[in-house]
Amino acid sequence: MSQVRLTIDDREIVAERGQTVLEAALANGIDIPNLCYDPRLSPSGSCRLCLVEVEGQAPLQTSCALEIRDGLVVKTDTEEIRQIRQTILELLFAEHKGHCTTCDENGQCKLQEYAYEYGLGEDAFAEATRAKPIDNYTTGNLAMEYDPGKCIRCGRCVRICDEVQMAHALTFRDRAAEVEVSTAFDVPLNESTCVLCGQCISTCPTGALYERSAKGQGQAKDLVRTRTTCPYCGVGCQIDLNVSPKTGRIVRATSEVGCIPNDGNLCVKGRFGMEFVGHPDRLTSPLIKRNGKFEKVTWQEAIRTVAERLNKIKAESGPDSIAGLSSAKCTNEENYILQKFIRAAIGTNNVDHCARLCHASTVAGLARAFGSGAMTNSNEELKDARCIFVIGSNTTEAHPVIALAIKEAVVKNAATLIVADPRDIELVRYAKLHLQQRPGTDVALINAMLHVIISESLPDKDFIRERTEGFELVVEAVKDSTPEKAEKITGVPAEAIREAARTYAQAETASIVFSMGITQHTTGTDNVLSLANLAMLTGNVGKESAGVNPLRGQNNVQGACDLGALPNVYPGYQKIEDAAIRAKFEKAWGTKLADKTGLTIVEMIHAVEQGAVKALYLMGENPALSDPNLNRTRKALEDVEFLVSQDIFLSETAQYADVVLPTACFAEKEGTFTNTERRVQRVRKAVEPPGEARDDWQIVCDVSTAMGYPMQYDGADKIMDEIASVTPIYGGMSYDRIESVGLQWPCPYKDHPGTKFLHKGKFTRGKGKFHAVPFREPAETPSKKYPLILSTGRQLYQYHTGTLTRRSRAIDQKSPTGYVEINRRDAEKYAIENGDSVEVSTVRGKVVTQAVVGDRVPQGRIFMPFHFAEGPANILTNDALDPIAKIPELKVCAAAIKNVKSELVG
Amino acid sequence: MPSDKDAPLDTAAATEICEAFKPATSDDLIPILQKIQDAYGYLPAEIIAEVSRRTGLQVSQMYGVATFYEQFHLERQGRYTIKCCRGTACHVKGGRDIINAIKRELKVEPGETTGDMRFTFETVACLGTCFLAPVVMVENDYYGHVTTKSIKSILSRYT
Ligand code: SF4
Ligand code: SF4
Ligand code: SF4
Ligand code: FES
Ligand code: FES
Repeated sequence: MSQVRLTIDDREIVAERGQTVLEAALANGIDIPNLCYDPRLSPSGSCRLCLVEVEGQAPLQTSCALEIRDGLVVKTDTEEIRQIRQTILELLFAEHKGHCTTCDENGQCKLQEYAYEYGLGEDAFAEATRAKPIDNYTTGNLAMEYDPGKCIRCGRCVRICDEVQMAHALTFRDRAAEVEVSTAFDVPLNESTCVLCGQCISTCPTGALYERSAKGQGQAKDLVRTRTTCPYCGVGCQIDLNVSPKTGRIVRATSEVGCIPNDGNLCVKGRFGMEFVGHPDRLTSPLIKRNGKFEKVTWQEAIRTVAERLNKIKAESGPDSIAGLSSAKCTNEENYILQKFIRAAIGTNNVDHCARLCHASTVAGLARAFGSGAMTNSNEELKDARCIFVIGSNTTEAHPVIALAIKEAVVKNAATLIVADPRDIELVRYAKLHLQQRPGTDVALINAMLHVIISESLPDKDFIRERTEGFELVVEAVKDSTPEKAEKITGVPAEAIREAARTYAQAETASIVFSMGITQHTTGTDNVLSLANLAMLTGNVGKESAGVNPLRGQNNVQGACDLGALPNVYPGYQKIEDAAIRAKFEKAWGTKLADKTGLTIVEMIHAVEQGAVKALYLMGENPALSDPNLNRTRKALEDVEFLVSQDIFLSETAQYADVVLPTACFAEKEGTFTNTERRVQRVRKAVEPPGEARDDWQIVCDVSTAMGYPMQYDGADKIMDEIASVTPIYGGMSYDRIESVGLQWPCPYKDHPGTKFLHKGKFTRGKGKFHAVPFREPAETPSKKYPLILSTGRQLYQYHTGTLTRRSRAIDQKSPTGYVEINRRDAEKYAIENGDSVEVSTVRGKVVTQAVVGDRVPQGRIFMPFHFAEGPANILTNDALDPIAKIPELKVCAAAIKNVKSELVG
Repeated sequence: MPSDKDAPLDTAAATEICEAFKPATSDDLIPILQKIQDAYGYLPAEIIAEVSRRTGLQVSQMYGVATFYEQFHLERQGRYTIKCCRGTACHVKGGRDIINAIKRELKVEPGETTGDMRFTFETVACLGTCFLAPVVMVENDYYGHVTTKSIKSILSRYT
């Protein structure tokens, strides 16, 4: 980017071309008052507070809308300007019916700040009205409250909803003095197109928009803000927990504009999903089950019991009869400690975590093709991709803040978006092409795209020659995979496949974005390999804004994998089969280690049934709701001889446990999470844990010590130091380096800057490897008795098994219960109306839930979110496994549906 | 049977209007809304939603514009529109009493429409005929020097 020299207030300044005068001034510490400016928005120039004088130009100009030029001479603070600003402020205050003394925003309000700076008298304020406020679009909404009396009509909320979130929920209503922010036709916020991202609150310069639950809980000036990482999805947004020192509770979650990776934007979960932290249902003391009932015990007793029972089982049945489930919700340090405990103290590789259920196939597939199983690019690079191919990712709901980047790429930077998804998801609105493939036929679709690219001579020949191997295998394998054949299998018109292939291949930079729609299949690994083929064929990997990008589901699923909570690798994907690696860890951990690959999640459950596994140690996992074929999982949890559960709530799973150990949640501890773009970010303690709850790593260390393998650390930072010493990709990580901004791995040594995108110049495994991937049908196809295809997945408002999000009142109001989506024509066929109670069944079981009739799913398919304990979708799902990654097929099973009401009648 | 007020509106006219503006930009917003109002007499919410689907213009944006300009109506209008002046001249000559008399007579507040859809009652800033104050206008007919007593007979002319 080129630079511009200009003078502001007699100071010579160097700034980036394209900046406005206001931005250049702010970046150089010169404060120009502004009320309608937000760097996330295009300038509107409406408040006129940022007026400046430009030498040689008569009228004053709004600096937020004035682009810098070489040689510009600007004055920001003349007497004339001050006069005008004062008048503007007086006018604003004459309308501003609110008093700082009673306002929540007090201390953070721009208006208040300028009133002081420009010496406004108390008499400038309008009388605060005592009358009961009239209803507006937020009346009764539990997420936020709009107070028109404090609104200065700057329009920022409307603009951010339009320009950044693109939800288009807000508008200005009426004219002149009556102007107010509202929704279209003044419908209540939750009935509008609003997605409760709270971006509008974040941009409001006054107290006019505020979180409802934060009102009266402490003024902004008194709140203590702690920067940490969102505990929900893999985007890893940076949030500031605002804690009241009086109550020690979280009042609101905010985010700073400009922060990496989310620039002050959050989604509903990060913004409104923190109520679980101080929730009365939190576990506060260790529990031991005696005669079927939980009894409170001391830590000492709990640890002793666990250690004794585990030692006994280990002595009687060997270390492989014990298995541990680590957690994608816990920190890197805790995952490291748990796998170390299972490997070094117990002596088995039976350690896994729920990534098995989401991205095991990604890790397996990308490791084979490229050498490392992670997002090749960074979130922000998506903004500059020329083509984005989203397949099997409902990004706006599962990774909302990454979706903002995709929308920005399309709307502002004219990128082409191709969406391949069986459902009519929100991103389809922005897409040039929507390929609506039959679930489970992705390989056929991608093979046909490869066929088109090869037969139309679109491959990147140089890239293939220099950087890859095995190309001929693919040429041979897709020789007959014509789009016409694929049309028969996938249901996607051949012409659309051709156009998608051409668009993708011809784009200067093309990024693939995928998620569970690709991975949760018995062909999950195949799907991922196919995508790798597509990227290598066109040279779209190993450069900025072009790559293969699996979006990781949970906040720290990347980190849990990185830190070796997997049965076949040590931290940093170092293979346990490799004797040299094993020797390194034996030395570091001072004990002999097992060389046999351990069991995966679903295999553990099956091993319990066979009596091979007798004890399960769970750290923050909830398999009794998250795992496929629930009835079978639950039975295993009941049958296993000894079950330990470390959790923050008495979850569906913890209820089965013999010993429950209460843990601190993310807001109560120090540590790190690694987000989906491989960025290791800090988690910081903002509040005290409830009762006797403790950090997961401390508990595991105590159990380990009691079992005779001492583990002790002075703090999470010391664990990170140990991680760095044994994990090459984390080699340069340390807390002081990630204090303000996280670092992306690989980061092998102390002054390594981290890696923005992978495989530059060379793949991790050397040459990228093409794989011939023949198409296989999913494990279960519709039958006469089960004629529909059921897919499960996530929705925006809830998270995983709902233990966290369902405790937020704001979220509960918007998304109170589970449902099944069904096409309106199918609904007609089965005599189902919107809102009816329906029974969904598969060979494995049945659940009753509510029908949502519409066009989101095409005919013949139904969709259920899996977050809800009262209609648990996983009773229905198939635990058939991908042969390589052992991921279950959560995206396809054959199902039937019927109206429950009609059954009662006839 | 749903009353005729609730019956779904025919979207054919809206479809045609949207087609004529393809591809629509925000510059077309006001002309589109005017055409829709000409076709339907007002801007029904469901039609606006349809226009949004067909043009990509946002409902929120259209609502903002529709509430900004007096010419647009979001409610179904009565067969006749009564405009009663609340300008200074009329006010001085007892305009407020006239407004109250009409309210009493029709049992509606300014901005509302009578249940039988006969009248929509509005107040306006000045009808430009201050020498006739207080002034009432029904459709295109002016009535000057109106008294509370004459209201009934004026209204009775419109059925
Ligand atoms: S919460 Fe988000 S979607 Fe809802 S009105 Fe505010 S900015 Fe728009
Ligand atoms: S609510 Fe806040 S952001 Fe929106 S117009 Fe009013 S003052 Fe501006
Ligand atoms: S859930 Fe994901 S997108 Fe939402 S705020 Fe948290 S990290 Fe960001
Ligand atoms: S900040 Fe420039 S006009 Fe408001
Ligand atoms: S004031 Fe009533 S017509 Fe002018």
